[in-house]
Amino acid sequence: MHLVIFSVISAVLISCALGVVISRNIVHSALFLLFALISVAGIYLVLLTEFLAIVQLLIYGGAIVIVILFALMLTRNEEYPRIQNNKLWPIAGILSVLVLITLSVSYFQSDVIRSASTTISPAGVKSLGSSLFTTWAIPFELASLVLLVALIGAIVIARSDKDGN
Amino acid sequence: MLELIHFNILSVLLFSVGLYGVLARKSAILIIMAIELMLNAVNINFIAAAAFKHGGGLFTNFDGHILTIFIITIAAAEVGLALALILRIFRNKSTVNVDQFDMMKL
Repeated sequence: MHLVIFSVISAVLISCALGVVISRNIVHSALFLLFALISVAGIYLVLLTEFLAIVQLLIYGGAIVIVILFALMLTRNEEYPRIQNNKLWPIAGILSVLVLITLSVSYFQSDVIRSASTTISPAGVKSLGSSLFTTWAIPFELASLVLLVALIGAIVIARSDKDGN
Repeated sequence: MLELIHFNILSVLLFSVGLYGVLARKSAILIIMAIELMLNAVNINFIAAAAFKHGGGLFTNFDGHILTIFIITIAAAEVGLALALILRIFRNKSTVNVDQFDMMKL
C-alpha cells in the first residue's frame, strides 16, 4: 500500500520536474515547479515527517514559488519565447544521464544502504523541536541571522539608484 | 515494501533532472527553479536516511530532519537574493539570458 502511494507521488514528482526543465513557456515551468514541490511534501508525508511536509508547503509552495512568479512578472518582455536552450544541450543531457547512472550504481552497491532498517521511524514535532533547540540551538540562531542579512541584501540590491522609483 | 533505496533512486532522478535544467536552459529564472529541484532532491535523501535509521547508524537524533530545515532556510535566502540580482541586471541590460551576463560591473 505504501509502495503504491510512493510510486504515484514519485511519478507525479518526476513528470512535473521534467515539465519544469522542458516546457517552452516559463510560466508553465513555474506552475510545474509548484506541483513538483507539493509532491515532495507528499514524499515527506510517506516518510512520516509531517512537520517538514507542512514547512515544505508553506516555504516552497507558499513563498518561493510566489517570489519566482513575481520575478517573472517584473522581468517579463518579448524575449522569453526566443530564449532557446543552450546550443550544447545534448552534452548537458549526456552529463545528467551519466550522473544518474553513477549515483544509482553507487547507491545499489552501498552496504550502508543495504543494511538500513526497513521500517520508517516517525519524527514527531516534539522530539524534532527539542533536538532543534538543544543540540542545534546555535546553528538555528545563525540561520535567523542569515535570513536577516539576505533580506537586507535583497532590498539593497533590488532598490533603484534614483530616489522615488 | 518501501526501502531506503527507493527514496535514494527518486532523489537521484530528481537531481539529474535539475542538473539538466541548470546546464541546458538559458533563462536565469529557470536556472534558479532547476536549482530548487536539486535542493529538494538533497532534502529527500536526508529525510529518507534519517527516517530509515538503524540503531546508532547513519543518523541519530533527527539530524537529517534538522539539516533539511536548514537547507530550506538557506534556499529561501538564496532565492530572495538571486531574484534581487536578476531584477537588478534586468533593469540595466533588459534581458534575463545568462549568455549576456558577461559584465563584471553593473
